[in-house]
Amino acid sequence: MATDTSTSTESTGFDLPPIVGKVLSNRRIGLGLAILLPIALVAILGETVAPYDPTATHVADRYAGPGGQFLLGTDHLGRDLLSRVILGGRTSLLLGFGATALALLVGVPIGLTAGYAKGRVDELLMRIMDIIMSVPTLLLGLLILVVLPSNILNVVMAIGVVYAPRIARVTRSATLSVSEEEYVMAAKARGESSPYILFREILPNVTGPIVVEGSVRVGYAIMIGTSLSFLGLGAGPPNPDWGFMISTARDHIYQTPWFLIWPSVALLLTVMATNLIGDGLRDVLDPREVGDHS
Amino acid sequence: MNYLYLVKRTAIALLSIFIVVSVVFGVTTLLPGSAANIVLGTEATDAAIEQVNEDLGLDRPLPVQYVDFVGGVVTGDFGNSLISGQPVMEMVWPRLLRTLQLAAVAMLISVVAAIPLGIVAAAKRDTMVDHLVTSGSYVGLSIPSFVSATLLLLFLTTPPLDLFPKGGFVPLSDGVVPWLHHLLLPAIAMNTIILAYVLRQTRSSMVETLESDYIRTARLKGVAERNVLFKHGLRNGLLPTVTVLALNFGWMMGSVVIIEQIFAFPGIGELIVQAIDNRDLPVIQAGILVPTIAFIMANFAADIVYTLLDPRISLGDE
Repeated sequence: MATDTSTSTESTGFDLPPIVGKVLSNRRIGLGLAILLPIALVAILGETVAPYDPTATHVADRYAGPGGQFLLGTDHLGRDLLSRVILGGRTSLLLGFGATALALLVGVPIGLTAGYAKGRVDELLMRIMDIIMSVPTLLLGLLILVVLPSNILNVVMAIGVVYAPRIARVTRSATLSVSEEEYVMAAKARGESSPYILFREILPNVTGPIVVEGSVRVGYAIMIGTSLSFLGLGAGPPNPDWGFMISTARDHIYQTPWFLIWPSVALLLTVMATNLIGDGLRDVLDPREVGDHS
Repeated sequence: MNYLYLVKRTAIALLSIFIVVSVVFGVTTLLPGSAANIVLGTEATDAAIEQVNEDLGLDRPLPVQYVDFVGGVVTGDFGNSLISGQPVMEMVWPRLLRTLQLAAVAMLISVVAAIPLGIVAAAKRDTMVDHLVTSGSYVGLSIPSFVSATLLLLFLTTPPLDLFPKGGFVPLSDGVVPWLHHLLLPAIAMNTIILAYVLRQTRSSMVETLESDYIRTARLKGVAERNVLFKHGLRNGLLPTVTVLALNFGWMMGSVVIIEQIFAFPGIGELIVQAIDNRDLPVIQAGILVPTIAFIMANFAADIVYTLLDPRISLGDE
């Protein structure tokens, strides 16, 4: 896909690696960031920008439509929907990014080790990853959350475990192609330790595919996280995320469809933005180019 | 057909099943007090926990429990439901069959709808049609199934557009039309992501195929464009799509949990959610293991079929 490879190469005072220019000039990444950044910013600011206390009930204004005093309307208890969507976004984004970070933290070292060690170690580690992946994602998440109490940390952990094998797989196949490079051989000949070779020599050269896979996973992690909340196994009432909002809204769908629509739209836009960014990154950091820039 | 491969692939499938069974046993019964926690919730008294452990046979030595559990899975016996006392497999089996019907219809929709759309998008690359289909697939790819299900339910089952029943299931023996009428909406809702995914996969492999030399040759020879697309293009562009479909069986087995809940569909997903609500441990174990084993078998079957189609493929994938 040769779209948007016309990088702006004019000097900007300090030298950015050319890859940064490519990333910034990619149309999909640009669009994705244009959607995601405002959502993330508002979610981070949370209470500061929310017009009302998200838990305050305004009984007289239950099921209010959008416009008027409450910009997006109110829910069945008369709580301001805009404020709740904002605060819910914080939990949903935290789930997505937290779980992906955990998956990277677990998956990358496993993938590096498997791809570098090869042979039996590789076979063993990848079989274990295959077996974890053979459990349908949502069922694995359910299994973990049935045993552990549902709180935001355990949800992050459950989704992290679900996605770590996918990260490990991608890291491994990138490592396989890099580990025969001369600089790795040289490091080995110098007598560097294995952790040094893995993290200082190989890792910097396999970041492309890892970043792509990670960015794709964020969207899926948000989807799984909100799905678990929807089933009542998510972060739970103190931190109502979009999934929990949508599941509550279903009971009041005929009084006010807006209760359902706003968190759905927010969720859809967020996942779409991360998908756009993931696809754009895939275009720019084509996995096939791994190892070419050392 | 390489027999060594067949033997090795079978061994791996069996080993995977064995390990998954062991892990589910381990997670639900081995972790300190976890089985009792599932049954009683996380804030149970010690006396209550002891009682439950006794009832479930968890006070027996671990190896005995383990052999008992694995033996049970092999013979299709997951014990009895803690709530209804009914044998678990009797509850699981009819529901699994219904869920498989739902999955089959969903698969069929993604083949019938997504593949032609992907081909059209590839053939009309970079035109308005392509942009529309591609951006539509972005929306499809980003919509969690519980959102699409709820929205479809809101817009297509209430008065202005009362086209579908709100949920439930009608057996095929009552006629194809009512059967399909009940399955269609949940199948579509469950499928938006896979549909979009298959569409994109078809589009990109078709784009690649259409740029290849033999297609160019066919065009130069004056083969009609329709034949170029459907005879030459389709045959070669489709193999990756088939793999994508097989891999997505796992995704489906997960999303039925949500879809069946929303459409009150009496399948295995609804059973799992009920079992979790009721803390019915044997049903939870079966509800997670049975679809997982089905998924492992489906992958196994897909690999074998694939090898039959393309003898070059060997075990060390990638």
